[in-house]
Amino acid sequence: MKMLQFIPPNLDIKWTDKFPYFIGLSILLILISLFSLGIKGLKYGLDFSGGALLQVRTEKEIDISEVRRALNNVSFSLNIQNFEGKGEFIIKSEVPQEKLENFKKEVMESLERTFGSGSFEIRRVEMVGPKVGRDLRRKGTFSVISAVIAMLIYITLRFEFRFGIGAILALVHDIFISLGAISIFNIPIDLVILAALLTIAGYSVNDTIIICDRIREMRRKEKGKPEKEVINSAINRTLSRTLLTVGTTLLAVIALLILGGGVIHDFAFVLLIGFISGTYSSISIAVPSAFYIFGEKELKKKR
Amino acid sequence: MRGINWKIWLVIISVIIGVYLALPNFLGEIPPEIRFLFLKKKVRLGLDLKGGTHFVIQVQSDKVLKEVMERLGRSLSSKLEEEKIEVREVKASETLLEISVAAGSDIDVISDIARQVHSLLKISSTSVSDETLKISFQLPPSEKTDIKTKALEQALETIRNRIDQFGVVEPTIVKYGDDMIVVQLPGIKDTERAKSLIKRTGLLEFKLVDDGNTFIETLADRLPEGITIQYEEVQDEKGRLIHSPFLRSGSFTKLSKFIESIKDEIPEGNEILIEEIHHPETGTKSYRTYLLKAETLLKGDTIDDARVRFDTQFGQPYVTLTFNSIGAKIFEEITGKNVGRRLAIILDGKVKSAPRIKTKIPGGKAIIEGRFTSEEAHDLAITLRAGSLPAPIEIAEERTVGPSLGADSIRKGMIATVVGGILVIIFMAIYYKLSGIIADLALILNLIFIIAIMSLFEATLTLPGIAGLVLTLGMAVDANVLIIERIREELRTGKTVRAAFEAGYERAFSAIFDSNVTTIVSAAILFQFGTGPIKGFAVTLTVGILVNFFTAVFVTRVISDYLLTKTGLREISV
Repeated sequence: MKMLQFIPPNLDIKWTDKFPYFIGLSILLILISLFSLGIKGLKYGLDFSGGALLQVRTEKEIDISEVRRALNNVSFSLNIQNFEGKGEFIIKSEVPQEKLENFKKEVMESLERTFGSGSFEIRRVEMVGPKVGRDLRRKGTFSVISAVIAMLIYITLRFEFRFGIGAILALVHDIFISLGAISIFNIPIDLVILAALLTIAGYSVNDTIIICDRIREMRRKEKGKPEKEVINSAINRTLSRTLLTVGTTLLAVIALLILGGGVIHDFAFVLLIGFISGTYSSISIAVPSAFYIFGEKELKKKR
Repeated sequence: MRGINWKIWLVIISVIIGVYLALPNFLGEIPPEIRFLFLKKKVRLGLDLKGGTHFVIQVQSDKVLKEVMERLGRSLSSKLEEEKIEVREVKASETLLEISVAAGSDIDVISDIARQVHSLLKISSTSVSDETLKISFQLPPSEKTDIKTKALEQALETIRNRIDQFGVVEPTIVKYGDDMIVVQLPGIKDTERAKSLIKRTGLLEFKLVDDGNTFIETLADRLPEGITIQYEEVQDEKGRLIHSPFLRSGSFTKLSKFIESIKDEIPEGNEILIEEIHHPETGTKSYRTYLLKAETLLKGDTIDDARVRFDTQFGQPYVTLTFNSIGAKIFEEITGKNVGRRLAIILDGKVKSAPRIKTKIPGGKAIIEGRFTSEEAHDLAITLRAGSLPAPIEIAEERTVGPSLGADSIRKGMIATVVGGILVIIFMAIYYKLSGIIADLALILNLIFIIAIMSLFEATLTLPGIAGLVLTLGMAVDANVLIIERIREELRTGKTVRAAFEAGYERAFSAIFDSNVTTIVSAAILFQFGTGPIKGFAVTLTVGILVNFFTAVFVTRVISDYLLTKTGLREISV
């Protein structure tokens, strides 16, 4: 039977020999992420920082400079950006809760004065008071931490503790790299991005599990085989699946990235980075750390 | 492979049910004659797709506590004075009530009296200075929580009444945390009007206008620019014409700031409130003051009903009030005692109108005429019917999505779903040939089942939810990839096609199971934590993965088995 395949079935890569390079690359990526997080930091989006956002579409294509001029005398400091091409703008400001109302009123009045009423449409309003923002921030942090703990518990129950540790290290690696990308590309962290991070957390563990599952199975079947060989052949045999799955998932993510529109764009971008990192980290972090931390000898003794 | 028949039937039946449940979502234009054949249940669209507004309202329940303390302070001091204990000062905050009495007063007696006022009111500390005994009272924390909870519940009830009467389809109004309320108004167009209707306290008061009082004239020489004194001709109680002074300005802020600055000079027992005046001919507004007797004669909680009527001559709207029996009695008494004087009708501290009482009014009916539009009259009537809020509220969060943006999002989401789906389908078919096509079939079924299940539970689809759908498409084939790769491996070891399929499905299962569970764990946490749109993401992701166990694992196996046993097919390309 002829099969179409990207990865030859008799693949025999000695992954354990290459672990140091993978780990090195991962450490480098994490350092870059940490560097950006340290220098640039993370930007909270509206959901977490509180503030106001208006998305306005004008009837005619108006240049952003005209909108800026029209809103010159508004008593809030504004951040005005184009949104998806001409004639559509995002107007943002940090506004305390008691002034949220005034903000919208002032901006609308100024726009009406300059462009005439009815010549523009308010497409989206988001106003978040600091209390809600604080609340969401607290819950958001809590949810990421509880997700990590839940994964650790699950993997420990189903596999071995050392794989649990490995998987969590990989998970933390993926979250850091995603956060690094978020920081480097100035993506504001809001609820949607948080959802992306949690999805990455779920996905990151996914590949690790597939490999661990294979290691578990092979150990059962081929007793006495050195741990090194077991790990190498487990990775080799699952590699095709790993690459194919991440491939189809990335196809979907790229469709979202290109076609999903402004709100979804950042979400899809973070997923893209996170999923790639998630696949890579299974081989570069999860399995090696389980391998190194609990060295080969110790494992043999146990068995 | 015995027993395959019932499996095939199970698949066929579930496909029929799935299609049946999913169909109503796509039957927008179906003729009404056959619509009864289908369930009314559909996937709901979230606010971000349908358009609409989401508010989080914060009830300032601290102010309710303060009000309660003030009220307790008033009744305590009047009781103390009945007992001949001289009260020098009463101070109330949301946590503490301080009463100063002459030094040497009997604390036990005072404590007893306090308990009569409120059984839980306890002395927390005392201090003596300058012949004055200062006693601090506190309410226990449980009682304070109780007061706050009641305030929140009353606010919830009032807002629910107002929104129901405003006429919004499928609003959501629920408590959020211990002092907030979430209000969702799908499809609403006039957000501002809804907001002002929700936000107003809705406190209606009747107070007398103090027309003989010339205090306003004493301000004449220090009026800031933009404020003038004007006079109106009114009749006093004996029917004589007098000229009553009032302040007028084009700016509300200016006028209210000035009144605030002279607050301490206003004679005891008086207060100054503002009325907004519309000038329909120029489309502008101006503002004037009334000097009132501060005492509230009657409040809105005695109102049974309020309706909008239109005056037959000019079509001008007005609001009719019907009082309950207690209110009717008080109203008759007030009007009887004050014939000839003007009675101000005040809503949330602003004068709505101040008609002259021509005669005693029995029967408990009154009219509020103002220069309002019919919308304003309508909202006023709603407010009066729905009752007042126990405490002022603040909008802590507002998210509005215009209908056109929602429609754009749906369109883009659809395109992304279709394109993402087609890419995955093409890839699978090319790479895995017939097995890939079977997996594709499972993928399409998956999509149908997701929609069917979401319809059945009337779950909400949001923009991130659509993203979740696309993501599920990408991830759903993972199970099939695992299985097919496994089958390939087994074939390589020299197994027969049938044995390889069997082994492939069996061995891949534990990996499929474990890897999906972790994604469900993340989704569950997201669902717990997330707000509306994010919940939608968690829902589609979870449903998608659960359905996937059926479609990608069970259905594909049944199809492969069927092809291998019932048709003459010798092998299935992988």
